[in-house]
Amino acid sequence: MSLAELDTTSAAPATEGPVLEMDGIDKEFVLGGAFLNQTFLKALSGVSLQLTRGKALALVGESGSGKSTCARMLAGAYEPSAGSIRYRGEDIARFDGKRMQIYRAQVQMVFQDPFGSLNPTQSIGYHLERPIRLHRPDLKGKAIEAEMLDLLERVGLRPAADYLKRRPHELSGGQRQRVAIARALSVQPEVLLADEPTSMLDVSVRLGILNLLEDLKRDRQLAALYITHDIATARYFAEETAVMYAGHLVEQGPSQQITDNPRHPYTQLLIESVPNPNRKIETGRARRAVDIPLWTRDSRGCPFVSRCPRVSAICKETMPGLTVLGEGHMVRCHNL
Amino acid sequence: MSSDRALIEVRNLTVDYVGDHSVARAVNGIDFDIREGEAFGLAGESGCGKSTVAFALARLTRLPGLVSGGQVRLNGDDVLKFDKARLKVYRWNEVSFVFQSAMNALNPVIPVSEQIMDVIETHEPALGKDGARKRAVDLFELVGIPPSRLDDFPHQFSGGMRQRICIAIALALQPKLIIMDEPTTALDVVVQRDIIEQIVDLKNRLGFSVLFITHDLGLMIEFCDRIGVMYSGELVEVAPAESILTTPQHPYTRALGNSFPPLTGPRQRLEGIAGTPPDLRDLPAGCRFAPRCPHAMEKCRIDAPQLRFYPEHMSQAACHLLN
Amino acid sequence: MTEITQTSAYSLTDRLDAAAIASAAPSQAQLMKELRVKARPGWVSRLPSGLGAFVTNPKGMTGVIILLALILFSIFGPMLSDYNPNRRAGGPHVMPSQEHVLGTTRMGKDVFTQLAYGGRVSLSVGFGAGLSAALIGLAIGISAGYFGGRVDEILTFFVNVVLVLPGLPLIIVIATMVETASPWVIGVVLAATGWGWSARTIRTQTLSLRTREFVLSAELMGEKKWRIILVEIFPNMLSFFMSGLVLGTIAAILAEAALEFIGLGDPNAITWGTMLFWAQNNLALQSNAWWEIWPPCIAIMLTGAALVMVNFSVDEITNPQLRASRKIGLIRKFLSSRGRSADVF
Repeated sequence: MSLAELDTTSAAPATEGPVLEMDGIDKEFVLGGAFLNQTFLKALSGVSLQLTRGKALALVGESGSGKSTCARMLAGAYEPSAGSIRYRGEDIARFDGKRMQIYRAQVQMVFQDPFGSLNPTQSIGYHLERPIRLHRPDLKGKAIEAEMLDLLERVGLRPAADYLKRRPHELSGGQRQRVAIARALSVQPEVLLADEPTSMLDVSVRLGILNLLEDLKRDRQLAALYITHDIATARYFAEETAVMYAGHLVEQGPSQQITDNPRHPYTQLLIESVPNPNRKIETGRARRAVDIPLWTRDSRGCPFVSRCPRVSAICKETMPGLTVLGEGHMVRCHNL
Repeated sequence: MSSDRALIEVRNLTVDYVGDHSVARAVNGIDFDIREGEAFGLAGESGCGKSTVAFALARLTRLPGLVSGGQVRLNGDDVLKFDKARLKVYRWNEVSFVFQSAMNALNPVIPVSEQIMDVIETHEPALGKDGARKRAVDLFELVGIPPSRLDDFPHQFSGGMRQRICIAIALALQPKLIIMDEPTTALDVVVQRDIIEQIVDLKNRLGFSVLFITHDLGLMIEFCDRIGVMYSGELVEVAPAESILTTPQHPYTRALGNSFPPLTGPRQRLEGIAGTPPDLRDLPAGCRFAPRCPHAMEKCRIDAPQLRFYPEHMSQAACHLLN
Repeated sequence: MTEITQTSAYSLTDRLDAAAIASAAPSQAQLMKELRVKARPGWVSRLPSGLGAFVTNPKGMTGVIILLALILFSIFGPMLSDYNPNRRAGGPHVMPSQEHVLGTTRMGKDVFTQLAYGGRVSLSVGFGAGLSAALIGLAIGISAGYFGGRVDEILTFFVNVVLVLPGLPLIIVIATMVETASPWVIGVVLAATGWGWSARTIRTQTLSLRTREFVLSAELMGEKKWRIILVEIFPNMLSFFMSGLVLGTIAAILAEAALEFIGLGDPNAITWGTMLFWAQNNLALQSNAWWEIWPPCIAIMLTGAALVMVNFSVDEITNPQLRASRKIGLIRKFLSSRGRSADVF
């Protein structure tokens, strides 16, 4: 049994509604400048998303879009500058130390770099044992080892006993990522935040990891947040996709809808740019890549104006509101 | 777009990594040609040896790497036998290199203009400072960066622009072949497309060949004329780009092609390739892919298949299943 | 260049001409033989990997053996000698003989006995000061790097002060203020002033390790800070710590000997440095009594050289390129026998 189930003070049941959500989140970082004259980078502006158990949401964007900041915020590494994060309906800003400890166990993160997310000087067994000792005090002695072996088997590392004593450098990238997933699972979380879990892996290994995450999501009814820059794998793994640009959520909806019928000009640009073996390279086109703007506290309007083919006067003044297109498909654009 | 004349002929190339207690054979006697004006892609995953091949061709192999055998022929002359003087002509005049990370390839404390001019003045001192500067301006215009920014420092440019600068430097002496090792891997997808389109445009205009190395098979098929697929130090298939996806001859090529989730069609489960590539210090007898191959036969574990040419498919593949 | 015109499948190796076949590489086994790459001895693989790498490193093992020899000499040497290092044992400036293996000093004291007793002090003060400085540097460097903010600012200030203070002159000043600057006092002062560089490098390493994802993962998992520092961060900078320790020890040994040599130590103490001081005073070289000055000299040199070799081996273990460059000579031979030269000059 997980701590969450033992904890009788938890309010809403986990079966209905989102288990974890971000509501109108802003996140600012200080960029520099002297006192009273500092510039604030707005890494996230008004981001709202919901994670439901048994379902995966993909967060797609390029570097600087704010997608990693979302994940780290949900993991508890940062505090929001505005808005709230709610776990089972309760604002986590009001959690005391003990409840925060439970929260940390319930929301686990898998990182991008399989080489960096494991301590090179410690064994695989160490990486699995620590979380169990910290968050599952009910397990002792032999039961801990049995649990570790079970986890390794579950993520496809067999024979499990062989792996316990090995060091990370003896494993391949894909195997290391499986260990990272096993570590995340060891505390029996409800939510899995995967920050580009396959970007640094070989192509042939990626599907194995994504399929593993799919199986785990189904078997343990995990809520998954899948962060990626590759909209094709987002479509493969997640039922729902949200597209981010310069800290704003610009389009969201069922993955197949988003890729078949993208409505936001940025989404359309992304899909056009993805390598497509069924066509040959065109030349002579105007360059579409432009530096993603540095969004600050004082920035106004839609962040995409500098490169939008449909830009009009209103776009420079006000951020577009949410237009609901039906079937959960939503866009932020003045000129659809 | 490309002619049939071979610019570079790689024959029996072998590269080893000398360790403390073992020698790992990273590239095992591979043969391929790069034709004039052709974009030849070398595809494969980490540890397959494609970057090692690139560095060997450019004579940039560093310890513990060692080119232990084979030939790289440029118009009949073996590049591997070039002495220091001949190498100076070879490097950058005939073959130039674009590295993976422009951040690492450009000196952060020297203005870009000096870095480009340095290359030009070293190889064509007759041009003098003015001539070199003029050439630098031309190169910037060629890759689409305003020449007014010529004296800026690398950190003042975005990642995509820095990579463009590296391409400009690679073109500085009008080489016949540019080797590009994962030139766009560190860049976002929109920037990547711009850069690739630019490279294709330049190639068509100036007529140089490109050896393009990446793990992104989809991008490679869009961009390259022919593709060589490497696995564990060997070439398993060489074919025109279109055939690689439509009619792959080797099981690894087929499995690799199936590893890319599509953007269209129904959402369905795909399988990657189970297992991991073999340890290069301790290779199995027979075909190196056999342990992971769904169609492996007895013969495959004993006898290593040779790369054979199949004119019906205009492609070369090394697999017992085809015989 | 043959065009592809044949209509049936053929092997590419058929297209290899004589030159290509002749240039073929030797097999891996043959290459190992030619480059004298030997397989790892079996017993090594049972050691933990770091230790295993060290034990097979010739420089490191040479250094360790020399150090062990010197240490054993200092421990057991005095028992082999009947003489008292402080008392007259024979005539002045007696040449090395059966009675006095390394001869006597101007005062008639036995050099071998002095060297052995002196070694005890010199080595223990040197290693002690080196270790203390390294530990202080480690504690301060890691704290500054990990906690950041105010703690970092305050600690870095102290580090900078210590770095800016001129070491030797400061020690000289302190030595003149204290009544008797015994070797132990010198050791303490060296430790107190020598931790600066170590602290700085360790701080930088900590800053870089702190952003690694496995540290973030441990923090998110709820590990206590002291555990993260000791178990996650410190083991990953072991080679830096070892380097700092070794270099600090060399500096301490040399500094101690130097101070005593110029007369600022306690002339009545027996250390390698004071032996040099007396040898200088007694004009040993000018009197051709080389045995009074060379033994302590060589002892100090050997200690320093051995420590440097250990440091080099730590570098080699962490950098595979350095290890491979041991084979440069054989590789050049391999290439030139085939009419080729190295790629990168």
